[in-house]
Amino acid sequence: MSYYFAIIGTQDNPLFEYEFGTSKQGGDGQSRFTEQAHHLNQFVLHSSLDIVEEVQWMNGQLYMKVIDKFFTNYISCFMTGGNVKFLLLHQPPQTEEAIKNFFNEVYENYVKAIMSPFYKVNMEVRSPVFRQRVAAAGRKYL
Amino acid sequence: MASSKASRLGEETRMDKVNAELVVLTYGAMVAQLCKDFDSDYVKVNQQLDKMGYNIGLRLIEDYLAKSNTFKRCSNFRETAEMIAKVGFKIFLNITPTITNWTSDGKQFSLVFDENPFADFVELPDDGRAQDELWYSNILCGVLRGALEMVQMQVEAKFVSDVLRGNDTTEMRISLIRYIDDELPPEDD
Repeated sequence: MSYYFAIIGTQDNPLFEYEFGTSKQGGDGQSRFTEQAHHLNQFVLHSSLDIVEEVQWMNGQLYMKVIDKFFTNYISCFMTGGNVKFLLLHQPPQTEEAIKNFFNEVYENYVKAIMSPFYKVNMEVRSPVFRQRVAAAGRKYL
Repeated sequence: MASSKASRLGEETRMDKVNAELVVLTYGAMVAQLCKDFDSDYVKVNQQLDKMGYNIGLRLIEDYLAKSNTFKRCSNFRETAEMIAKVGFKIFLNITPTITNWTSDGKQFSLVFDENPFADFVELPDDGRAQDELWYSNILCGVLRGALEMVQMQVEAKFVSDVLRGNDTTEMRISLIRYIDDELPPEDD
């Protein structure tokens, strides 16, 4: 199973993206998306942004669980207090709990990354440290 | 003996504290702004930070002497180093850098910072130059230079490694250039 994770800024601008595969059940952590799927993933993920806006006020939680699906691709969303969206594209057999843990860990590291004085709001997150931490969170929970 | 006395002095001196994140963010914003103002000319940024620190140091020494009650002159440069690390850094930044790498003539030493309160959260810009040119905490060099100058010591202080650059340690090298003798005012005639 493969995952596509993206962070979308307050102007619906992409800040960060990362593709990885499952590390559970003997997975090697490599994504198995086909060549075409790379582009499709971005499209599917961004098309769910409208739904994010619909559901973001429904319950006061940051983690909004699965908000959209496109055939077998499910989109889970986590919105930070500063209106930055974390979106994860995944396939069905996945517990909400695991994704929640993944988001929480990424959130923690995201906050640290953007506290760097050289980071400006809505700027692409290029920190290699952050990328490693996202990868680590992916390995740990998904 | 002198060393434990210095540690005690550092522990006992009470200073008002501010939130660490406030310091981190304020200092960070300042460095980032300097980088912007100087168009990422990091050599100039380093110089500017050093100059700012120097101006802070010139005045900070007074505060240090008043708060720490250490009016006795240090008998040698080693003692000065102890006081800087265990009293000065302790009361102002609540850290105690390690003093190492003395030269045999006792005129140069290194301060190794296990933690640097300025550098929390910081990642240097990834423009390929900042990692080699910017000394992020360079203000500290200026502070030491300024403060020591006011107590008749001319020193040169500079960073030689920084964990922000990917080095294993953050190390500042301090060299005593000379003791400044009291200079008589120029004659009138």
